[in-house]
Amino acid sequence: MTTTCDVLIQGGGGAGCSAALHLAQRGMRVILLERGLVGGQASGVNYGGVRQQGRNPAELPIARRSREIWGRLGVLVGTDAEFTVTGHLKLARSEAEEAELIAYLDVAKQHDLPLRMVGRNAIHRDYPWLGPLVVAGSFAPEDGAANPRLLSPALAHAARAAGADIREHAEVVAHAHDGARFTLRTKAGESFAAPVLLNVAGFWGGAVAAAFGEAVPIEPLSPNMAVTEPLPYFIEPNLGVVGGNVYLRQIPRGNVILGGGHGEADASIPWSRPLPEVTMEAAQLATQLVPALAGVQIIRSWSGIDGRMPDRIPVIGPSRTTAGLFHAFGFSGHGFQLGPGIGAIMAELIVDGRTDIPLDPFRIDRF
Amino acid sequence: MKVAVVGAGPAGVRAVERLVAAGLSPVWIDEASDGGGRIYQRPPPGLARDARSLYGFEAKRATALHDTLDALKPRCDWRPDTLVWHIRPGARQLQTLCGGRQDAVTYDAAILCTGAMDRVIPLPGWTRPGVTTMGAAQIALKTQGCAIGHRVVFLGTGPLLWLVAYQYAKAGADVAGVLDTTPFITKARATPGLLLGGATFAKGLYYIAWLRRRGIRIAEGVTPLAIEGGDDGVTAVTWRDAAGRDHRIDCDAVGMGWGLKPEAQLADLAAVPFRHDALQANWVPVRDGAGRTPVAGIYLAGDGAGIGGAEVAEMTGARAALAVLEDAGHRLDPIETVALDRRLASQARFRAALERAFPFPAHLARAMADDTLLCRCEGLRAGELRAAARAEAATGPAPEMNRAKAFTRVGMGRCQGRVCGAAAAEILAAELNCTVPQIGRLRGQPPVKPIPISAEAAP
Amino acid sequence: MKLVRLRDAARPRITLRLDGVPIEAQRGDTLLTALLAADAGYLRDSEFGDGPRAGFCLMGACQDCWVVVEGRGRLRACATLAEDGMEIRRG
Repeated sequence: MTTTCDVLIQGGGGAGCSAALHLAQRGMRVILLERGLVGGQASGVNYGGVRQQGRNPAELPIARRSREIWGRLGVLVGTDAEFTVTGHLKLARSEAEEAELIAYLDVAKQHDLPLRMVGRNAIHRDYPWLGPLVVAGSFAPEDGAANPRLLSPALAHAARAAGADIREHAEVVAHAHDGARFTLRTKAGESFAAPVLLNVAGFWGGAVAAAFGEAVPIEPLSPNMAVTEPLPYFIEPNLGVVGGNVYLRQIPRGNVILGGGHGEADASIPWSRPLPEVTMEAAQLATQLVPALAGVQIIRSWSGIDGRMPDRIPVIGPSRTTAGLFHAFGFSGHGFQLGPGIGAIMAELIVDGRTDIPLDPFRIDRF
Repeated sequence: MKVAVVGAGPAGVRAVERLVAAGLSPVWIDEASDGGGRIYQRPPPGLARDARSLYGFEAKRATALHDTLDALKPRCDWRPDTLVWHIRPGARQLQTLCGGRQDAVTYDAAILCTGAMDRVIPLPGWTRPGVTTMGAAQIALKTQGCAIGHRVVFLGTGPLLWLVAYQYAKAGADVAGVLDTTPFITKARATPGLLLGGATFAKGLYYIAWLRRRGIRIAEGVTPLAIEGGDDGVTAVTWRDAAGRDHRIDCDAVGMGWGLKPEAQLADLAAVPFRHDALQANWVPVRDGAGRTPVAGIYLAGDGAGIGGAEVAEMTGARAALAVLEDAGHRLDPIETVALDRRLASQARFRAALERAFPFPAHLARAMADDTLLCRCEGLRAGELRAAARAEAATGPAPEMNRAKAFTRVGMGRCQGRVCGAAAAEILAAELNCTVPQIGRLRGQPPVKPIPISAEAAP
Repeated sequence: MKLVRLRDAARPRITLRLDGVPIEAQRGDTLLTALLAADAGYLRDSEFGDGPRAGFCLMGACQDCWVVVEGRGRLRACATLAEDGMEIRRG
């Protein structure tokens, strides 16, 4: 027996769950198929940065749209997923890096992204806990952070309430398209069919695209994350650096979450683990930014699996081979902030056939 | 062949003994500054006490183990004060930390003998200064010559309850009460099986009789209510008897524990699968009778592989070492392995009876009041965990343990759920109206224990 | 919480300081013993406002006895031997 609906969504990350919610709100009958639990991979185990500054300019329209949804998440899904507008402070550790920050001010301006430089004197006056290595920073006051463990489940829960059928432990093992509709079969032997298929399967989105004759050069990516014991709260902004080899933030409970480098993974299981030496190196880089972190205990570390594209921006938009197929995957390690907006944009593409957000840079046949 | 043995308790000592006898020189790692494990932990230098007063009936066994330990140290790469905080089974590498220094140890075979800790059920007031685990109360006395207070109540169930109470009273401490949550009848029913334990069972009876003779207050089948007191400590324990009457004992310290649970975090990080042992009410790593696991190069022994007690740990340690040797192509004496396997089988029957005599009182965890502090690391109360399992939660209900961890932070703190995990699982299972095996187990994350950021890399 | 010395109570004396206050202890004490057999009462405050803590398992598992030792950083009081002259802060 085959269960039919208007839109099938493959992948229960932030983008997929948001799409299910927005499509259901538009009256579409939606079934979302997730292999494990929603938000189990990149969407659920990432750093939790809700960051706009520093993004590839092509992503900024999506990031702006998404940020608007983040701001009303509490109303939309009943929880703000601990979204806190702390600002994001991107740090330069050399003159060359400072020049990069300055250059980005123009990009931000073009996209109405509030961003200001914090110069050499101001940076140590305003943030006295920063180490001497830091020479300047750029501060995006509307950025912040959220709890990634809550976002996808909350979106999925709201989508269910809006009528979407969210199926967990439903691994898709076969795809077919007969010219009019897609039929997906799960490991448990169930069949689902719809005229529209939305591929938001993260790293595994590459395999879905390949199944429809449009393979892309995607690689698994496993950010290496760690968290410290709780400390008195003193690091308010979410911190990043030019080059991105370390990033850290403190939550008001006191724990410092830090990332940098990559763990090991086997996407076929799927299985991922942080690497000891990577964790320790990120921690050492973190103490260079914030010397007070020396001696603090790391209590847990983790990783997950995302998909990375060669140009570090995702694939978003309609398929070039199959009518009714839409892609949004390969967020290359920075999709958490974009997830809610992607869902809204994909819903527009599917229901209205168009969106105001320019998606040309993300087309699947660009490689 | 390079063999690493993690842990120098009864299992680790007997494992290393066999490896050395076969001509190997294993890397031998223990987190403590000396071997012996928790059961035969030696006092620091300067505390001069004879084995009899330290280990009671087990003095001979303890002395023999210590002698072997000391004889083996120079024949191995002995690394005390060293934490194994991560393992990479694919690369066959242990990540260690010693005195702030990071190092990596590669192995062809690793025998993990990581021991056990007390299993506890939180109750109101259990985080007050003056409340410790049963094992802690014993360690304080054994290795520091101290009682955990002037007037001590012991609360819980299992052989350790009676043993520690006996040791305290014998050492001159004021034991204000022994409160066993297991009814007398449950223990009586298990007696035929317990007889398999021979001397072990006889010793247990002796402790109980000794305590009764001293007029120490004993109650069985109790329901603990609360540990009363303030920020400066404990003032009393309250409980309800089987007839529904409430009682109070004034005291300034409480030792509590409901049996033991494996310290199996390293096996978990090594990707060894786990199964839920219904009799022990514990998640235990999967291994065969010789300690082999489904993960290449990983062997398990001692209480970390499933609770068996010190005597069994010595046997499983030896057995795992023999398995390592056998798998490496050494020829073994079949008579020895058969005899060892037979003794292990007999001990397993005794252990099963012991578990039936002192079952884990899951109902106490399930009945925990909403405002009782459940996770002492994260300050999480039982009601917050229950709320996460309910459909009206904004995230939807947490269908399993790790989702509950993600939503509520239960088990996310410094101890990673070692202390509250067993009770948390019962609470979640009850709220979801299902069993503990159905909701799964908290997955471990590296590091096994907290490690400092300033740690330097090895050159 | 007050640990009561029942045995081996005649060892050489050492002196530590807890938050500046001298603490008399004995050679062979762990930090936990040294502090709680004196009148320290507790070792740390819970970060989440649910009261003081004085360790729980004494075997390095529960992670509830962290203190700061000047020059040596954060250490588990149950697993660290007290030394004469140690300057300790509550964790």
